[in-house]
Amino acid sequence: MTTVVHEHGRFSVDSSAAGALWASAGTVRDELGWELKPEGFCKDEICVPVPPGRTAEFVDGDAINLAALWQHLGKPLAASDATDVWSLGESADDHNAALTSLAAPDFELPDFKGRLNQLSDFRRKRVLLITWASW
Amino acid sequence: MIVSVAMDSDVEAARPWVEEASPTFITLVDQEHRLSALYNMVNVPQAVWIDEAGRIVRPTESGGSIDILREFDPALGGFPEEAQARAGKAKETYLGAVRDWAINGSNSQFAFSPEEVQAHLEPMGADQAMAHTKFRLGFELAAQGKKEEAERVFAECRELHPDSWNIFRQTTEKLDIGIAAGEAFWEKVMSLGDKAYYKSIDMDGL
Repeated sequence: MTTVVHEHGRFSVDSSAAGALWASAGTVRDELGWELKPEGFCKDEICVPVPPGRTAEFVDGDAINLAALWQHLGKPLAASDATDVWSLGESADDHNAALTSLAAPDFELPDFKGRLNQLSDFRRKRVLLITWASW
Repeated sequence: MIVSVAMDSDVEAARPWVEEASPTFITLVDQEHRLSALYNMVNVPQAVWIDEAGRIVRPTESGGSIDILREFDPALGGFPEEAQARAGKAKETYLGAVRDWAINGSNSQFAFSPEEVQAHLEPMGADQAMAHTKFRLGFELAAQGKKEEAERVFAECRELHPDSWNIFRQTTEKLDIGIAAGEAFWEKVMSLGDKAYYKSIDMDGL
């Protein structure tokens, strides 16, 4: 079992090897929002073409190689020594563009009783988001 | 409304503080420091003002804390009274601005225009984005009990993003009381040079 952590959560896939992280197209869509369409890999209004002649690196039947996709998208990724944990990040450019748009990046986090709260639940209210730590 | 978020990988380390304060506002916990990446946060406390439409009207800034850390006096075991008074006044000023915005919204003089928000954003670099990515890897490794590998990953994070006190203090040794204020912390503070521990807040009276 391989664990994939990303900016908004985590999920599991069956297997992975050095340089490859295969997940079903449905998992990739549901967990990360990326979908393979005729024009390439798409999320929201963005589509990135699959490089000509290199489809096999990215797609195998119903499976998508997330490691190859993430690299192709220019996003940071890191894996454990045993390649059983992967972290998929978002690029500096994506973060900078998100903040420049002025839309407060949404997130979902638990309270101390484990109940999940989403920032966007608090629309129509002014929110002072303030961090602290025990350390 | 207030949404407070504990940047604590160890929920149990933060819990006593919440129980002691029993806040009336929402208190969340961010074990993987997701907000550091999303809002480009490097320390605590950090504040972001978000309006009714979900738009940022003051981007990430120190939540009323000013940079007095290097005035710590080992002989006193604390800060000189004058520095404490200055820090207290700054917090009051900041809280006053928050209250003004809570009442007056976009008419508050403390809410930035879109252009002002954009001018106050600090751009993130590729190394920082990688540090946030690796931090989540390290957290997961630690959660799985792979402490040694997690430590190695966290060391990489500290190198990739040396300005992040969130990463440094979360991943380095704590004193018995749970505070990351040991030798390594003070050494890093004292080597800040011209850099601030808390960047100054762009607000009248601060």
